[in-house]
Amino acid sequence: MTRIVTFPSTGGVSRSKARAPALATFKGVAKVFGNQVTALTDLDLEIRTGEFLSLLGPSGCGKSTVLRLLTGLAEPSRGEIVWSCERPEFGFVFQEPTLMPWSDVFTNVWLPLRLAGVSKDKARPRIEEALAQVGLSGFTKAYPRQLSGGMKMRVSIARALVTRPQVLLMDEPFAALDEITRLKLNDDLAELQSSLNATVVFVTHSVFESVYLADRIVVMAARPGRAFAEIAVEAPPIRREGFRLTATYAETCRRTSAALHEAMGEAPPSEILE
Amino acid sequence: MTRDDFAGYAVPAFTLGCGLAFWEGVVRWFAIPPYLLPAPSVIIATLFTDWATLSTSLWVTLSITLKALVAAVVGSVALAVIFAQSRLVERAFYPFAVALQVTPIVAIAPLLLIYLSPAVAVLVCAFLVAFFPLLANTTLGLSSADHNLVDLFGMYRASRLQQFMLLRLPSALPYFLAGLRISGGLALIGAIVAEIAAGSAGQGSGLAYRIVESGFRLNIPRMFAALLLISIAGITIHVLLTALSHWLLADWHESERGREG
Repeated sequence: MTRIVTFPSTGGVSRSKARAPALATFKGVAKVFGNQVTALTDLDLEIRTGEFLSLLGPSGCGKSTVLRLLTGLAEPSRGEIVWSCERPEFGFVFQEPTLMPWSDVFTNVWLPLRLAGVSKDKARPRIEEALAQVGLSGFTKAYPRQLSGGMKMRVSIARALVTRPQVLLMDEPFAALDEITRLKLNDDLAELQSSLNATVVFVTHSVFESVYLADRIVVMAARPGRAFAEIAVEAPPIRREGFRLTATYAETCRRTSAALHEAMGEAPPSEILE
Repeated sequence: MTRDDFAGYAVPAFTLGCGLAFWEGVVRWFAIPPYLLPAPSVIIATLFTDWATLSTSLWVTLSITLKALVAAVVGSVALAVIFAQSRLVERAFYPFAVALQVTPIVAIAPLLLIYLSPAVAVLVCAFLVAFFPLLANTTLGLSSADHNLVDLFGMYRASRLQQFMLLRLPSALPYFLAGLRISGGLALIGAIVAEIAAGSAGQGSGLAYRIVESGFRLNIPRMFAALLLISIAGITIHVLLTALSHWLLADWHESERGREG
């Protein structure tokens, strides 16, 4: 059974785009792999134009499968995904930077355009723009192995942005990074998203990351993967470092954490129940 | 010159020098005749006096090695590319490649000499020995592209050709080069072994044939001189292929990462 719980909002300024029209709608989508593993059952999920949606859940809840279904790399076993427009241009960021080690930063970021037949010279302004967006101007000639983990992830984000995608899909992009780098990248992504005109679907297993970045959090449960609860983050559209210190942030983290515990079939710790 | 460079070149040179001096000393002190054990100085002298004969033989052996290596590179890469397109083709043909590899080349050589002219038989032997490491490595390399990158290429609707040229080939390069370094040495060994097998039939004029011939004539210094040339040829091939590998991978591959990186 699918259960979608919408928690009442606690006030604050909601981002207007949180009520934007649906871009894609999952209708009773199930995904069963060849080895009879059920990744998703009866998923109903709406992705709204321009929102920052976070999919939060334990491993095995099918959150990465949602992204693969969106890109068309996988097809639903049952149900359907309805797009409100032509299938949009995607940008994709993996958990690992997934760069081509034999190519420098410029050539790595060029890849999506190159595959679409855009020459190096024609692509140059777009590549430089994308690298500037992630704060890596001047690193075009560096090879991936010369960069730190955080910088490689920035190159990966620049590559996703270079096609100016309508939809940016991120699959636990900062999970492998250290805490300090991760916080910095969260800040930069929050700022980037406010300047981008893109819908972001962000998969994570971090409650704090979800609340800091997202307009809306869908908590998923595992075995079989399904949507469990939905939480709207009532916060100003442009997040700043200081947001982490607000009562709204703390309260939303508390509710999200409680929902996640429930999704995992555990009683939430008493501290977050009160 | 840093301390590490000094240790890297001077120490092995010093031990080599000591070893040669000891050899020279023992031969002179005990007055060992050259047909039993020639002194290093005699071997070097023979190298100069017999240079005309030896250099011709060296060239024959080297050209066989090189031809075999080039043929092995072309053949193995072509076959690996075909294997990469279809698991079924790989399953169908891989057993043949393995069978040819595991059968010792000395055992195949006499058979090949029946069907082929000695010159071609020697070439085929060297080719067979060099072929398999290249095939195995390149096949492995072509199928070891990062699966997330494969997904990414799919997402951006890359054509099969784009995926092959921009992803699979560069992914396979380090594997191919590792195979090439093994095969370079093996091609020389294959050429020598086949020459010895063919030489017993009174054919060929490569370095291996010179060794066999010098053995019959008890011309031990020339035997050593030919052996020295084979070693130098092997070392040169190894150094050249290592340099090629370094040149191609220096920018990006982990195997070329220095301690300071």
